[in-house]
Amino acid sequence: MVKELVVISGKGGTGKTTLMAALSALSNDKIMCDADVDAADLHLIMNPAIISTHDFQGGRIAVSKKELCTECGYCRELCKWHAIRDDFTIDEIACEGCGVCAYLCPEKAIDFPLKTCGQWFESDTRFGPMIHASLGVAEENSGKLVAQVRKEAKRIAEVKGFDLIITDGPPGVGCPVIASMSGATAILIVSEPTVSGIHDMGRVLELCRHFQIPAMVCINKFDLNETMSSKIEEKAKVMNAPVVGKIPFDSDFTKAMVKGQTLFEYNQASKTSRGIEMLWQHIRERLETSRGKQNIIFKEIIK
Amino acid sequence: MIVSIASGKGGTGKTTIATNLAISLERDVQLMDCDVEEPNAHLFIYPEIEKSLAVSVLVPKVDLKKCNFCKKCMDICQFNAITVVKSNVLTFPLLCHSCDGCRIVCPEQAIDMTEREIGMIDMGRKDHMVFLNGRLNIGEAMAPPLIRSVKTHIRKDMPVIIDAPPGTSCPVIAAMKDTDFVLLVTEPTPFGLHDLKLAVSAIKILDIPCGLVINRSDIGDDKVRAFADQEGVPILMEIPFDRRIAESYAIGEPFVNRMPEWKSKFVQLYKDIETKVNGREKKGA
Repeated sequence: MVKELVVISGKGGTGKTTLMAALSALSNDKIMCDADVDAADLHLIMNPAIISTHDFQGGRIAVSKKELCTECGYCRELCKWHAIRDDFTIDEIACEGCGVCAYLCPEKAIDFPLKTCGQWFESDTRFGPMIHASLGVAEENSGKLVAQVRKEAKRIAEVKGFDLIITDGPPGVGCPVIASMSGATAILIVSEPTVSGIHDMGRVLELCRHFQIPAMVCINKFDLNETMSSKIEEKAKVMNAPVVGKIPFDSDFTKAMVKGQTLFEYNQASKTSRGIEMLWQHIRERLETSRGKQNIIFKEIIK
Repeated sequence: MIVSIASGKGGTGKTTIATNLAISLERDVQLMDCDVEEPNAHLFIYPEIEKSLAVSVLVPKVDLKKCNFCKKCMDICQFNAITVVKSNVLTFPLLCHSCDGCRIVCPEQAIDMTEREIGMIDMGRKDHMVFLNGRLNIGEAMAPPLIRSVKTHIRKDMPVIIDAPPGTSCPVIAAMKDTDFVLLVTEPTPFGLHDLKLAVSAIKILDIPCGLVINRSDIGDDKVRAFADQEGVPILMEIPFDRRIAESYAIGEPFVNRMPEWKSKFVQLYKDIETKVNGREKKGA
């Protein structure tokens, strides 16, 4: 049974991708998946060698055919997105891809072709295989692309006999986040000791509870404000999420990032590196326990 | 003038800039938090909330007594939000984009649209600031309708500052659309630069003038500056890493309160933006 750990944070910039990259350096037989397709950054550290590139067609878009249009205006009445301009051309950015105009145009003057709105990649890195994607700028359907990269990561894990996927999730609590967590084995929430960090951790913890996925918390830069860090621990406790690690503020993270390295490649001997090793051990233990249960079920099935 | 504050990458300091700018202006200003998935501006402003409005979207409700199971609703729906299974019709409100297509095509008029709450708008005041924020309900997927709904409250009689969500897809576009200027906030790191490039391309598509604030300007490297030069994006402010700013941020204190010498810099920032927007309007006319 392939396990999937999804790393999210609610708030952006808490160090999700940097920590995930460091964790990836500590584990073998795993696949990395960058599900932050909207602003994917993991590749900047992993420097992936792309094996294959695939177009992602997440939806359709309305395209008006001027020669057939009688300018009756029905489409403009129907369109909830105000995407049809006065001259009956279509504003691609505003178009939601619902197809109502194309479906109902009495002159059939609107085409509704599939649209390529991003790409996903299968790659190799110095830390193993990686699935990642890039959503076209200003595109819709990031949730669908997230689901796509996770599906591919799972497929490759199964083919190669790997038992773990580590997924870098998007910020927020909306569509792409929901798409990145459904069916995950566990969620790692990377928080920071600020009012925003606590507030946003609370919202993603609620989201985990809503979808009944076990969550654990890592406090990054915990020493920037120890009072706030204690508040995070209290809040996590109230919401039944164990705090599995506390990582200090360390300018090595930025220096490593500038060099395109994980923290371990930049400075393996540091105290922060030890902290991350501890964090990984705690995460592994929690993933192991859930694997135990699912393995029994899995064995039953393959019998 | 409506200024949206965006970044591509999260955690670069959008909320810090939006809140400190609004405070520093010391005149009537509307501060609108459109990062509805994780709204944070209120944690720094402490507004007195005067009212909260529920925001709903319209989703289909099927009257099975009228339905003839012709599947036309299922055919038109691009979002798999309505499915006909034998003699039942299932709807998936989380996937619904409220396009109204199913209701319109239904030959039996078996579909009605009903309201479903997706979030709240909080409205209030603090000193000279008119404060609004959107809060997406936990478990809801669709931020753009709520963002658009917050933006219907934009006032024309005062400056408007919009705190946008991170990223470059639909929620950010919804927040930046129809604003007069996008103020981008980045940090000079490889992640900051990469996501800034994406944000700049998004703004180009929308054809809105933009400028840049470089936060923690003395960490990382010089590549963000080189990129800004090359793209002709003016750098309007640089904020060096300062432990006092980080400490203020941690406890929910706008740093201009602790370091009032920054107020005039924010006022100047606003003036610079105004000059750029007016210059562009004149050029356009």
